[in-house]
Amino acid sequence: MNKAGERLFNGLVKENPTLVLMLGMCPTLAVTTSAVNGFGMGATTLVVLALSNLIISLLRRVIPKRVRIPAFIVIIASFVTIVQLLMQAYLYSLNKALGVYIPLIVVNCIILGRAESYAYSNPPIPALFDGIGMGLGFTVALTCIGAVRELLGAGELFGLSVMPDSYEPALIFVLAPGAFFVLAALTALQNFVKARLRKAGKPYDKIGSGCSEDCMSCSDKGCSRRFYDASGEEEQAAPAAGAASQKEKS
Amino acid sequence: MSELFKVSSNPHIRSKATTNGLMFAVIAALMPAAGFGIYNFGPRALAVILVTIVSTVLTEALFGLCKYKKDFLNNMTITDLSAVVTGLLLALNLPVGIPLWIAAVGGVFAILVVKMLFGGLGQNFMNPALGARCFLLISFPAAMIDFTCDAYTGATPLAALKAGEPVNVLDMVIGRTAGTIGETSVIALLFGACVLLLLGVIDLRIPGSYIAAFTLFVILFGGHGADPAYLSAQLSGGGLMLGAFFMATDYVTRPITVKGQYVFGIFLGLMTGIFRIFGPGAEGVSYAIILGNLLVPLIEKITKPAAFGYRKGGKYRGSTYGNKKREKA
Repeated sequence: MNKAGERLFNGLVKENPTLVLMLGMCPTLAVTTSAVNGFGMGATTLVVLALSNLIISLLRRVIPKRVRIPAFIVIIASFVTIVQLLMQAYLYSLNKALGVYIPLIVVNCIILGRAESYAYSNPPIPALFDGIGMGLGFTVALTCIGAVRELLGAGELFGLSVMPDSYEPALIFVLAPGAFFVLAALTALQNFVKARLRKAGKPYDKIGSGCSEDCMSCSDKGCSRRFYDASGEEEQAAPAAGAASQKEKS
Repeated sequence: MSELFKVSSNPHIRSKATTNGLMFAVIAALMPAAGFGIYNFGPRALAVILVTIVSTVLTEALFGLCKYKKDFLNNMTITDLSAVVTGLLLALNLPVGIPLWIAAVGGVFAILVVKMLFGGLGQNFMNPALGARCFLLISFPAAMIDFTCDAYTGATPLAALKAGEPVNVLDMVIGRTAGTIGETSVIALLFGACVLLLLGVIDLRIPGSYIAAFTLFVILFGGHGADPAYLSAQLSGGGLMLGAFFMATDYVTRPITVKGQYVFGIFLGLMTGIFRIFGPGAEGVSYAIILGNLLVPLIEKITKPAAFGYRKGGKYRGSTYGNKKREKA
């Protein structure tokens, strides 16, 4: 169970997909004109991410290494279609506000990235929690960006007017440039907080024990579980696939 | 002659110009335009100018305080006066009736976002004053294009020109028109520009090629041919003179190569012409200049002169003898 918590924390704070990994910038910048839109986009991605991670992890011994990307896409696209149809039926206004960015979740690099770097080489339960953690991180980041933009650019929060009447909204924040300003400011803020924690001797990344399975920021170069070598048993089972991965490495 | 001379690395030729001196020259040269703005629009113009200058200088001081903390006094950047120039230029680019807090926000944006976050003076990728003007123009469009004040109620001359109404060119040259605080008086601006030219702070490469390219563009596509009345109205209207002499020539955001400066000026002229004649608004100087600012690294890259002994592109030329020998081999 510690593992599940570790995955959630990893997605929310340590490897927050938006503010740390800088993944999925297209929906981040495009749909966060209001807190509701940001939350809707994040939640939609969360559902797709968690389910696709789970299924890909369950199928990881069935999917041949060479065709894994098309297989991921097929799985992700199925979930996106399901979610989109459900949203059209039950959340029509949100569906309309998010527009083309819902079908574009198929090519969202967070989802593909998690499938490739985590779900494909890990058991289903951690993979599911990895998806939920990453999705939550994405949702929180998008909601924050949307809230700040809505507050400054329209004087509202979740559609409610919160600023005094004398406040004149700065329209630039609901337009494209505002997304860049707010994203940069929030990224700087979280870096600042993390640097403070590190300085105070409370490193945020020391949670759980042993290997965090976070190969991206792991300093152990000789680790036997490193990304492409992670599925050691598969390489023995399928030498061709192993050779392919060798080629990719070089 | 056995004395040892201390030989240091280049550069060996030193200029007496200091940042302070240059900035002070620019401030002095802007005084006629600012003074005319205050005379033209009344004491509120002075208030706008003071608010932007205070906000730019305070922002820079506070940024220094946050960055250097106790070491703050040794790293004072506000004494180079560049923040004052930015504040003054920003104020001259604002309409007189603008709410003062918006002017202050512009000053904070200019210094904090455009200048200090990119590394301070010398590192900013676009003119801070113009960056802030465009930020305000997008953020508060209603307040930024409202040029009505006690003295003038009509449209700006450029807007009138675009709508096909007659304009008084003499008034535009003297500056008795609606507009932003510092842009209206061509005489005052040209006087300041002459001071800068005589002091050698700026040269005519960028303003000259800018205005020439703009004139050519207006003659070709303006729809009035070489009609002198229309041309002079276009040249003296809006922020063209202020932009060409005081903002396009900003040392930090212009190309450093001579050829590049001509390219830069011509590009600005074309963009201003396109914005003014084909764009929805009447004015386009500020957008043209910040677009040009963004292209400066590319312009410098293609106009980089070849070093002595090297071919264009940085390859060593070598001797002809060596080349022939190599061809034989």
